[in-house]
Amino acid sequence: MNYQYNIGCSLTNLKGIRDFIREALKEQGISDINSSEIVLALDEMCSNLMIHGHNCDPTHILELHIRIPKSHTFVFEIVDEGDVFDINQFSEPEIGSLVNEKRKGGLGIRLVKSIMDNIEYVHEGSKTTCRLTKVIE
Amino acid sequence: MVHIKRLQEDGVDIIAIVGEIDASSSIELDLAIAKSVGEGYRKIIIDCQAMEYISSAGLGVFMSYIDEFKDKNIHMVLFGMKERVMNTFSILGLAELLHIKNNKVESKQLINELSI
Repeated sequence: MNYQYNIGCSLTNLKGIRDFIREALKEQGISDINSSEIVLALDEMCSNLMIHGHNCDPTHILELHIRIPKSHTFVFEIVDEGDVFDINQFSEPEIGSLVNEKRKGGLGIRLVKSIMDNIEYVHEGSKTTCRLTKVIE
Repeated sequence: MVHIKRLQEDGVDIIAIVGEIDASSSIELDLAIAKSVGEGYRKIIIDCQAMEYISSAGLGVFMSYIDEFKDKNIHMVLFGMKERVMNTFSILGLAELLHIKNNKVESKQLINELSI
């Protein structure tokens, strides 16, 4: 089973994204704690893309796909057209340096990398797909 | 969507977060804490009992005050987090950088001890 949700790049739409993911995972019987981690990781990815890839332009659309596997590997995809914001290019800052340098960014990337098992980018024409995978037993 | 409520008890400013803190609403939390500091409070307790969600934008707000609070001798204690919210703090190891308690009584006790 697959789920799809299309949404404009406005930060006020993040709640809609979270509700969509929560509902889909609830239908699949995923535990509250697993679901909340995935919701968090995808919220971070989408807000990063909206801010850094699309300047929060609500006419720019993100497509979210959740692919429910027969095995335990869940696939989450975010498809967009725009500048690629590849979080694999960013190193994870140490927590201590985030405090000292008063950097508010960097935490989200750390969260996503901690939660997801794999993050990869696929380019097809003008579209970029960010594919995040997570094994849920 | 988030609502921030503030109330004062025994010289402590209690900031209650109701709802979800994300990249669009973290500014509300930032403003509430800044206002508390601006009004001269040195003891700030964050009531997280009705906080349903927090993303890195909200965590970043708490972290951005750590150094300023040390310099100004201001103390902040958070309490009443739901398990899934606490998990977000734990993933990043923030539980060790912030004071987090189970309830308001424990929080007041700690903040009074810290303020001596």
